[in-house]
Amino acid sequence: MRFYDVPRAACLSLAVAMLAAAPATAKTISVSATTPDANEKLQEALILAEPGDVVQLGAGTWKLTDGLSLDVANVTLRGAGAGLDGSILDFSGQQGAGEGLLVTSDDVFLTDFAVLNTKGDGIKSKGADRIVYHQVRVEWTAGPKETNGAYGIYPVESTDVLIDSVFVRGASDAGIYVGQSKNIIVRDSTAIENVAGIEIENSYDADVHDNIATKNTGGILVFDLPSLPMQGGHNVRVFDNDVRDNSTPNFAPKGNIVASVPAGTGVLVMANRNVEIFDNLFDQNGTSNISIVGYRYAYTDAKYQPLPRAIVVRDNQHGRAGFAPAFPGGAEMAKAMGGSIPPILWDGTGDAVVNEDVGVMSLNLPDLKMPQSAAKPSRVDLKGTAPAALPGVTLPAAMEAKVQ
Amino acid sequence: MKRMAAALAAAMLCASGVVAVPVPAPNQAVIDGTAMPAKLSEFALFQPESAQPLEMLAPYTLNTPLFSDYADKHRLLWVPAGKKASVAADGTIEFPVGTVIVKSFGWPDFNGGHPVETRLLIHRADGWLALPYIWDADGKDATLAVAGRRVPVSFKSPDGQAHSIRYGVPNKNQCKECHSKSGVIEPIGPKARNFILPTNFASRYFADPAALKPVMPRWDDPKSGTVAERARAYLDVNCAHCHNPAGSASNSGLFLRWTDDPAGVNYGIGKRPTAAGRGSGGMDFAIAPGDPDHSFLIYRMESLDPGIAMPEVGRSTVHKEGAALLRQWIAEMPKASHD
Repeated sequence: MRFYDVPRAACLSLAVAMLAAAPATAKTISVSATTPDANEKLQEALILAEPGDVVQLGAGTWKLTDGLSLDVANVTLRGAGAGLDGSILDFSGQQGAGEGLLVTSDDVFLTDFAVLNTKGDGIKSKGADRIVYHQVRVEWTAGPKETNGAYGIYPVESTDVLIDSVFVRGASDAGIYVGQSKNIIVRDSTAIENVAGIEIENSYDADVHDNIATKNTGGILVFDLPSLPMQGGHNVRVFDNDVRDNSTPNFAPKGNIVASVPAGTGVLVMANRNVEIFDNLFDQNGTSNISIVGYRYAYTDAKYQPLPRAIVVRDNQHGRAGFAPAFPGGAEMAKAMGGSIPPILWDGTGDAVVNEDVGVMSLNLPDLKMPQSAAKPSRVDLKGTAPAALPGVTLPAAMEAKVQ
Repeated sequence: MKRMAAALAAAMLCASGVVAVPVPAPNQAVIDGTAMPAKLSEFALFQPESAQPLEMLAPYTLNTPLFSDYADKHRLLWVPAGKKASVAADGTIEFPVGTVIVKSFGWPDFNGGHPVETRLLIHRADGWLALPYIWDADGKDATLAVAGRRVPVSFKSPDGQAHSIRYGVPNKNQCKECHSKSGVIEPIGPKARNFILPTNFASRYFADPAALKPVMPRWDDPKSGTVAERARAYLDVNCAHCHNPAGSASNSGLFLRWTDDPAGVNYGIGKRPTAAGRGSGGMDFAIAPGDPDHSFLIYRMESLDPGIAMPEVGRSTVHKEGAALLRQWIAEMPKASHD
């Protein structure tokens, strides 16, 4: 039986039982930012911690030269806050490791600290089931730069992921990136001035809600890519988000898939199925509020499904959009359509239902091999019968309890 | 004290009436225990107060070794008396509980050739344990550094270039980053295809010594294989411990084992970046056949920037000679027709 099928009361009693089962020796290991060899001392604490322990970061700025890692299950890494007076892990002088913090164990809780200016990714968790990111800030403080690290918050290959009340700025790929994972909630978070604000890639069962995605190149992306161990992304709900003014010119290093995202994109769905986009607030996204497209690159992976399918758009609020479409031929299309293109952009592949009173423009490129230059844009009506609504994501109660 | 007791016990086991000189042996009780000893000497793998290994330990080499900042590596194997290792069908070696794999790192022209660090991989009843020890200033013993450390070292590489680096001794977790298969620690160097053990030790340590067939080429010896074969050996040893479906880089979809299809997209040929970030260097493919300058696999090998460099752990120097081999391999591939 899956945990979230258990009635709530049973969950609570189970959670209590789990607490009781924690080792009696569970302890708090406090580390100070000003201790000599703070980097080594903190890493040592993360290695010597035992399940149930809390590693407490002192307030202040930690000047770190090497990436940190945590491989012990059920450990909490807690700081004194993610703000200016909190616990700030500053990686400006980083000499090694591909990320600031790497978590590879289950049931880890990361809360109340900041990770700044890592050379690679900010915080990565791999194969780390039931991880909770809460009130964490990951930032490249000079703002958008191609030399910034790729991902801010980066859980991958994990089941049950909660990202709650985080702040991410300046990632040269995605601020919050969830890849090849299952059962995911990203909520109440802010992604600003990243290439992609929030990205759900090659993942199943995700709820992305109540976030602010602004001043990114693209606000929220739902992607599926070929030749990866987990693909066939599906069942993603994007709702109650504030997605506005995603106008930052694309600063991703060329070659990466997000380097192809046009500035001014609100939500972009590529090659996924059963994606619902509803009750969001869109405004000032110069290319489109919502784009729905297929994967238009060559690939050799016979198992890959390159089309968007069963995409549902409904009940969103659309402010101004489509006034500066930043894709080849976009400016001409806007001119021909009276200054701007409709807020929803579809390349003409796969199938989508748009049950709201808003303009939809199709590029009429139903064959993925057709070049963008062959586009014959026209307004289309995609109203229709939506597939059954997705049930939504529920996480184990013990995870939710951590952020209450 | 423990060592003396062990020696005494060994002496008492000898036939009575014969004057036996006890042969110093590793401290199996410490090896098999649960502690993480603060001092390397507690394992009694080396002669007292020195970095000279006991003669009972088998020195082994690899046809193609992992590059580690041009360090000279001295590898030792200990399999406890009465136990044998065996070779599995896929060429991995199954070591019995009680085994210790020892690797010491130093440079001949740094600190008189004394090792800087010694890493142990210990097979205990509950699995493998990786422990890094850094040698003390007096060179008599080494001290556990679970959190790793950066140690300033200076040396010359084979081309005569002088290097001064902050060499990274890996922490316990970083050991596991490479030595990990589905999240469990395992040895990566000793594989039957790459592992050379002196014959006397092979018969003593292995149930099936004939199964040790080091067929993998030497990456730097043209007589041992073609450029492509040597490049694949290099990728297997330097990359595939992470770049395999159960390794730390499983999510990349880039798999570089000796046994992987070297023509496949998952081997990097025409493979677009997945989570490379700046590591793509603005290039479209990990390997662009015929074009090493537009292959970001090369770009990452030749970088020292932590946000770009591969491998992510264990390298503060560019391996020019290794990169040159891979450049040659890619340059000799027929260019893709759509280019």
